[in-house]
Amino acid sequence: MTQMDVQAPDEGAPREQPDAVITMEDISIAFGGVQALDGVSLRLFPGEVHALMGENGAGKSTLIKALTGVYSIDSGRIVVGGEEHLFSTPAESLAAGISTVYQEVNLVPNLTVAENMFLGREPRRLGGIDSRAMNRQARATLQRLGIDVDPASVLGEHPIAVQQLVAIARAVDVECRVLILDEPTSSLDAGEAEKLFDVMRRLREQGVAILFVSHFLEQVYEVADRMTILRNGRLVEERLVKDTPRLQLVKLMIGRELETLERLEKETATSTDRAERPVLTAVGISRRGSLEATDLELYEGEVIGIAGLLGSGRTELARLLFGADTADHGELRVRSTKRRFRSPRHAIDRKIAFTSENRRAEGVVEDLTVADNMLLALQASRGWLRPIPQGTRARLVKEYMEALDIRPADPNALMRNLSGGNQQKVLLARWLMTQPEVLILDEPTRGIDIGAKAQIQQLVSDLSDRGLSVIFISAELEEVLRLADRLVVMRDRRKIDERHNAGVTVSDVMEIIAGEATAEAAVAEQEESRA
Amino acid sequence: MTTTTATPTGSTWGRIRSYAPTSRYLPVLTTLALLIGMFGVGGIRYDGFADPQVVLNLFVDNAFLIMLAVGMTFVILTGGIDLSVGSVVALSTVIAAWTLEHGWPPVAAALAVLVVGTLLGTVTGLVIHYFDIQPFIATLAGMFLARGLCFLISVESIPIHDKTFFDIAANQITLPGGYTITPTVIVAVVAVAIAAWVLARTRFGRTVYAIGGNEASAMLMGLPVARTKVAVYAISGFCASVGGLLFSLYMLSGYSLHAVGMELDAIAAVVIGGTLLTGGRGYVVGSMLGVLVLGTIQTFISFDGTLSSWWTKIAIGSLLLVFVVIQRVMTRRQP
Repeated sequence: MTQMDVQAPDEGAPREQPDAVITMEDISIAFGGVQALDGVSLRLFPGEVHALMGENGAGKSTLIKALTGVYSIDSGRIVVGGEEHLFSTPAESLAAGISTVYQEVNLVPNLTVAENMFLGREPRRLGGIDSRAMNRQARATLQRLGIDVDPASVLGEHPIAVQQLVAIARAVDVECRVLILDEPTSSLDAGEAEKLFDVMRRLREQGVAILFVSHFLEQVYEVADRMTILRNGRLVEERLVKDTPRLQLVKLMIGRELETLERLEKETATSTDRAERPVLTAVGISRRGSLEATDLELYEGEVIGIAGLLGSGRTELARLLFGADTADHGELRVRSTKRRFRSPRHAIDRKIAFTSENRRAEGVVEDLTVADNMLLALQASRGWLRPIPQGTRARLVKEYMEALDIRPADPNALMRNLSGGNQQKVLLARWLMTQPEVLILDEPTRGIDIGAKAQIQQLVSDLSDRGLSVIFISAELEEVLRLADRLVVMRDRRKIDERHNAGVTVSDVMEIIAGEATAEAAVAEQEESRA
Repeated sequence: MTTTTATPTGSTWGRIRSYAPTSRYLPVLTTLALLIGMFGVGGIRYDGFADPQVVLNLFVDNAFLIMLAVGMTFVILTGGIDLSVGSVVALSTVIAAWTLEHGWPPVAAALAVLVVGTLLGTVTGLVIHYFDIQPFIATLAGMFLARGLCFLISVESIPIHDKTFFDIAANQITLPGGYTITPTVIVAVVAVAIAAWVLARTRFGRTVYAIGGNEASAMLMGLPVARTKVAVYAISGFCASVGGLLFSLYMLSGYSLHAVGMELDAIAAVVIGGTLLTGGRGYVVGSMLGVLVLGTIQTFISFDGTLSSWWTKIAIGSLLLVFVVIQRVMTRRQP
């Protein structure tokens, strides 16, 4: 403990709870020759939300896996509740009162909520599971956390957000002293995340120590008390959240790349002169159950930013424009020629490119090399009978790897070994090789670190300067506002606003999303009463 | 039903009318409805079809298949498949006949059968889990292995002359009303009851469903995935060897070419009974109903007399297709 006190600032320790429930000291882990963690320390106090901050590759997940017994540590010590532990399996860590909820919901969809909460430790009566007692206990726990779900309902019928909350309910029901939340909000929209924070606050009041990992700075500032910042496998600092301005935090996390961000900030939204004819026009396209009639015009060299919450129809619109889904009604025009996209192939032929928000499942091929991943779209558009000559392949790949700063700069590296940010860049390269005229990016920066994010934003803005038309979809409003020339706001599967992006602020957009809600409802009501 | 309450809402009839079965039970109820429907049609078309004895005979003639379907349900619920059970049945009949021929006491013969079957299942399970081999391939190997072992013991069919076996096979249990069943039926029905209880009411059973739902999650939830996965194949092997014993009572002989393709009948029964081939959803009772549906089709054909027995296959094929499509449609509706 004395060692710790030297490293941590004194004001960091809450006075009322002097004893840390977890102390990790001088943890080092190496994989092969790579030092993943180098003398990192972390302490968690009961009744606090502690954010673990850092870019991708900073060592956050390695540290968590050391704590949950997935990796064993090379040196250092882990003290839980005053006793030194050496975890070598997740079960041992769980037995010490450390529960983890991962980014993906690790529950089984085919069983009920209560069954999921109690799997492996069901209350028993007369040798069999007492499902009545189980449902009763589950209901009590859910109520304690303020989660409104029927314990007897099947888990898979609930949205992901609710499943995530159930996962937390399961985690804390196992006499848990420490709860680790590894990017729990990455697939939740704002309202759902708020619900999660409620639960986190309740748990904090009940004395649970929460370790929270998130890429969203806003959320960290909203819910966390203290944070530990890592960079390149080393401890940077432990700080109180309220004493750390955002800019300082970002500096601590990334250092150098910040300049890119700031530079970009200055050249926001240079309004381009419109060409006479739009490149891509959508007139009243709709699809039952996913999008209501929507118009959109995309001009040359323009970036349209689409803002909206999860489920607002932003992804659905993108998929219709790309032909990944087919529209029920309405028409698409490419350079004022009417087109019908029955499959992405048709869109690709018209020089439209699309990267999905679901990078893992709908983007990268993890078992192929970087070079193969890059060349997929180009090869597909050429047809399988006309292979790309070896020389051209090598030249193209090299060119794009340099242009997009893809690391490691090895065309033969397997895609699965790249970080999320670099995978995204490879996907961009894949489509840029086909020389598209329209680029649709759905959440291109989700789950990637700030440095890579800035690079991708820079790239989008450069591309549009060179005449490429871009549709940029993101859940992060700041990002949309930074890049877009024109702003489209969506809600409830329809476009609710479109405006020139000049002097629009984040709170303006939020107001549009929230404020128009009432106005729209009023209109709808009127229409109904008229009918 | 005699209660005539003043308020129509809340009356028994009202509750019955508004009753909507949980979607989880829907596939099983569909199979039950199909079975009842088939008997309705059969009863109208043929004399004596709707006789309770016909229903009981379904159990008598298919007791061994019910056993196989029970074991298969465990395996399919975890998302696996067991192709070896038909061969294990054949192997069981050969072992039983051979040991009895060599003067083993009937109990020892039965024990030998059960040990061999369970052991085969356990080994298959170990291979599947620890070497991460596709269940399809591992049990296919088991299928060839067991069939080959039959020939190793005897190429010829061995008749069973043992008195105990004979007595059990000839024994008829008379139910009230003059209807009769065989002891094999009791074994099969008890097995269904035990399996249903184990799957619904024990941690082991819930783990089986959890593995079928998402194996990686089950592992992360700290459930004993390895033990459970090996156990389901052991159970399937055990059930197959019990099925083999019942089959040797039915045929009173041991022969390497018994039960060729029976594993596919078992799989068909489980699927028709509403169990998802991808795992995680289904009930043992459904599998039993599936076996009865298959049996009813055969009864249909024998009652008709003019139809070729190949119509059984055509009917099973069509039914299987329809059920798989229904399952697909129903699971797709869920988010």
